[in-house]
Amino acid sequence: MPTAEKATVQDRFEALRTAAEAHQRACNPDHRPTIQIGLATCGIASGALETKAAFEEALAERGIAACIHTVGCVGHCYAEPVVVIDHPESGFPPIFYPQVTPGKAKMLTHLFLEEGDPRFEHLLGATIPNDLIPSVTDFARFNREARVVMAHCGRIDPGEIREYLAAGGYAALAQALQTPPEDIITTVATAGLRGRGGAGFPAARKWRLARSSPDPVRWVVCNADEGDPGAYMDRTLLESTPHQILEGIAICAYAVGSQRALVYVRAEYPLAVTTITSAIAQARAMGLLGADILGSGFNLEVEIFQGSGAFVCGEETALIRSVAGYRGMPHPRPPFPAEKGIDGHPTIINNVKTLAALPPIIGNGADWYRGMGTADSPGTAIFSVVGDVLHPGLVEIPMGTSLRTLIFDICGGIPNKKQFKAVQIGGPSGGCLPAEFLDTPIDFDSLQSAGAMMGSGGMVVMDEDTCMVDVARYFVDFTQKESCGKCTFCRIGTWHLLEILTRITRGEGREGDLETLETLAEDIKAGSLCGLGKTAPNPVLTTLRYFRDEYEAHIREKRCPACVCRPLTAFYIDLEKCARGCNVCEGCCPVEAVFITRQRKRAIDQEKCVKCGECLVACPPEYDAVRKVSPPGLAPVIARPPQDD
Amino acid sequence: MENAAGEALTAEEGAILADVARRLAAFDRERANLIPILQTIQNTHGYLAPAVLQLVARHLRLPPSQVYGVATFYNQFRFHPPGRNPIRVCMGTACHVRGGDIILENFERKLEIPEGQTTPDREFSIERVACVGCCALAPVACVGETVHGHMAPSKVEGLILQVRIARERAEREKKDHADS
Repeated sequence: MPTAEKATVQDRFEALRTAAEAHQRACNPDHRPTIQIGLATCGIASGALETKAAFEEALAERGIAACIHTVGCVGHCYAEPVVVIDHPESGFPPIFYPQVTPGKAKMLTHLFLEEGDPRFEHLLGATIPNDLIPSVTDFARFNREARVVMAHCGRIDPGEIREYLAAGGYAALAQALQTPPEDIITTVATAGLRGRGGAGFPAARKWRLARSSPDPVRWVVCNADEGDPGAYMDRTLLESTPHQILEGIAICAYAVGSQRALVYVRAEYPLAVTTITSAIAQARAMGLLGADILGSGFNLEVEIFQGSGAFVCGEETALIRSVAGYRGMPHPRPPFPAEKGIDGHPTIINNVKTLAALPPIIGNGADWYRGMGTADSPGTAIFSVVGDVLHPGLVEIPMGTSLRTLIFDICGGIPNKKQFKAVQIGGPSGGCLPAEFLDTPIDFDSLQSAGAMMGSGGMVVMDEDTCMVDVARYFVDFTQKESCGKCTFCRIGTWHLLEILTRITRGEGREGDLETLETLAEDIKAGSLCGLGKTAPNPVLTTLRYFRDEYEAHIREKRCPACVCRPLTAFYIDLEKCARGCNVCEGCCPVEAVFITRQRKRAIDQEKCVKCGECLVACPPEYDAVRKVSPPGLAPVIARPPQDD
Repeated sequence: MENAAGEALTAEEGAILADVARRLAAFDRERANLIPILQTIQNTHGYLAPAVLQLVARHLRLPPSQVYGVATFYNQFRFHPPGRNPIRVCMGTACHVRGGDIILENFERKLEIPEGQTTPDREFSIERVACVGCCALAPVACVGETVHGHMAPSKVEGLILQVRIARERAEREKKDHADS
């Protein structure tokens, strides 16, 4: 009796949702003001816990009845700690406040909550368009985004399943459970969902492979082993909207006919591990995971496995080895994990973002998803834009948006009137793209043809003060340390790459080094088994292609054009500009290299200087006396006056 | 029992071994439990002592080399006791571009130990980590569980001083309490 069954799943789900909505209403029956604080790792690092404590203290002191609503991350990391105050009685719409320090928290409690003055100088804008104050939707940072995966981030409490239910969560799972699994796979195929872990492999094709297997035991793994330095979107999703990920896992497991799922999280993300663990317990208690989900007869157990900090374990076959208790070394494919994975059973490994995109796709349909992005890369992409940009943070944009729009319009461009130099996309597997690629649309194929890679979506913007040779050396250093050592080219080849690059950054480069780098890079690509080795030379190849003159300056002139490589640069103080008596540079120097000259001005002892650049930052802009030069021989030599004892 | 150097066990090592033996009983003798076991032990005791690895190997009926091989492969595992205030300096891309290595160097200089080691008084240890995922606040360093964003070389000394002052105060209060 399929129709009777359908009714029960839907009925049970409706009952859960109604209860959740009632619970939501009961939380704040008399429409008290609500203070919403983002408490993900980056918020906490910026002092959100102190802000929360200050609000609590001020509310108690003044006897104000207000609710404090803790949420995850809104992605606006530049503005942390982020607070949204909804004070219906004041007549203002909910208002978004950036950088709320404990002092500001106390001030807002007093002036806004008590006296109704929203303090215009501290707000960023209202969260919704209105006639009273400008709204955040006027900013590109808000209105150019298209939030599909991150729709609930920073809006709901990640520790409360009922908030997710009331916001429309788990409806897609209930709907999926009433649809034949083959139809779900077809929907995902029609939507054109490509794996968001970086490679962009069509999700549905992987699923079909597992579904067609004769083995009844199948696994679904949510890959949250986010190892890319510079990327943190998986952490943010786990900390902000864990139930959306669980819903995605359940949909995927139902579609491929799996009853066991694993969330593979990095142990370096303790808050994410706690959040997802409690989310699993809550979902089980509600009957949304576990045995006979919503009375549909579908069972799913979700476990957590903590990764132990090996970058290569993001690779599917290496991940499976590590789950089995071995060193995470990849092995050749086929057989693909979708045919033979954990304990030899078919295993679907999907990235957090891929799985989190499933509920909106099932809920809104394939055509809706296809309506965003480009023909070959439909949907949205999440980037963590960090480095030298005014507004770093997480951004979810439709695929096909240009790099220029993302970096300059949405993230505010380069601060301190500096010039854009390059953007590093895709972590150690990606490449550095110079300014002429700013109009490239962001999608899997365009980035690949430019020599970069989507990777997991880390994007590090670099201004003119970045040395591209040093950046290449940094990435090779990373991959060399993380190589599992199975393939000779990856193990020894990257070691040689690193050795040559280190020499160049020390000013010991030789003619012919660049050619060696190029041939070695091609050999490593050809001779490695997994993605780590195949992509490790990308940062070297792209920087060689687009910034060759910088390499040449290092080798031929022993000069670092960006004044970054420390053996090739020196700091000195321009005595003409140095103010008598001001001693900020002396005070901030960590090694006491700044001394007083005979004219009672300051100078730097080149022997002692560690080239940290603190004095350059500290010198008041009206003097602007600290200079950086390369090669170091250009710095004037000023002798330290004899010490009088 | 003896430790790896052939010396008799210290009281600390003995207590760790007794606790580990108790915890191991809760795990099935399956290879797949190896990493979770190592993680549990490290979470409780802060590091994996050589004698502990021997115990784990015996429990799982594996050659000790296999246990060592796995433990040394992953960056998370430590083989010497961490400081009471472990310092982890982030070496992610954003932190690198903004001078993370200079921050690390400063910690090394101020504490007079190289990265990967613990000060003789066991107060501090320094580690480099690949990325703590707070890239928007680069450069980042963690002291204990607290993440400090926007680090600068001149902030390093302050952080160390802060820990030392807090410790001195705690000791003084303890002493006062004992006296009264």
